[in-house]
Amino acid sequence: MKIGVITFPGTLDDVDAQRAVRVGGNEAVALWHGDHDLQGVDAVILPGGFSYGDYLRCGAISRFAPIMTEVIEGAQKGLPVLGICNGFQMLVESHLLPGGLLRNDHLKFICRDQKLRIENASTAWTSAFRKDQEIVVPLKNGEGQYVADDETVKRLEGEGRIVARYVDVNPNGSINDIAGITNEAGNVVGLMPHPEHAVERLTGSGTDGLGFFTSLAEKAFA
Amino acid sequence: MPRVVVDVMPKPEILDPQGKAVLGALPRLGFTGVTEVRQGKRFELEIPEVTDEALAQIDKLAETFLANTVIENYVVRVEEPAEEMAK
Repeated sequence: MKIGVITFPGTLDDVDAQRAVRVGGNEAVALWHGDHDLQGVDAVILPGGFSYGDYLRCGAISRFAPIMTEVIEGAQKGLPVLGICNGFQMLVESHLLPGGLLRNDHLKFICRDQKLRIENASTAWTSAFRKDQEIVVPLKNGEGQYVADDETVKRLEGEGRIVARYVDVNPNGSINDIAGITNEAGNVVGLMPHPEHAVERLTGSGTDGLGFFTSLAEKAFA
Repeated sequence: MPRVVVDVMPKPEILDPQGKAVLGALPRLGFTGVTEVRQGKRFELEIPEVTDEALAQIDKLAETFLANTVIENYVVRVEEPAEEMAK
């Protein structure tokens, strides 16, 4: 499958995400924020980084990048979209996912290998995992505290839309230890930790992140 | 040139880690008696003329861009010339 990875000014993890896509057996397509063209890709990844220097709010300026028109339109029609870290922030700013992401409760940037539990293994991006499978992937963020009003949290919990939850340590004060969520249809996933940094033994904490990049194909050929 | 000010604040029910950190620093600096600090943003927009249309447009841009209304509230106000002179 062709998976597009969008580069914004200030994106850091686009090259790692492209590599993860290839390691996962898919074709990576580099997409540019200033274009109005998804080049016919089957799915899109919004990678991590500090687009526009995190000015205004993280993801707030990128959310209005030209290519986001096509991403939002596509997502609403079922195009699989994965937002990692800064990409997750863009997804909440775009209102494709509910809630918001605030400064970590302890105010420090955090970088660690983080244990997660995959609680929803039926989204477009997580079907390669078993439900409740525990994985370890790198986490690195300054503004990763997920917040939402009580009603939204209740709905996310009730509808099984918590994709991943922090285990052992809540690294940023996220409500209910939420590390990632999905939309109602399950095609849009936002995740604060970085599975793209854990796809090869040579680097990173292991290969636990690979499932995020093989799920699409498994789903398509299932 | 008339100035329109947009104040953006975290919603009351939303934790404000930055405000809390500022509050925490106050006693160390010898300031007592402050019980709460919340940190927000102030935008100053200059426009050629204050009209209902211009203000409606600024309200729209505050709602869609300057503030994230999921986590923040905003107030739009025209800054009076007297206020400016008092600075």
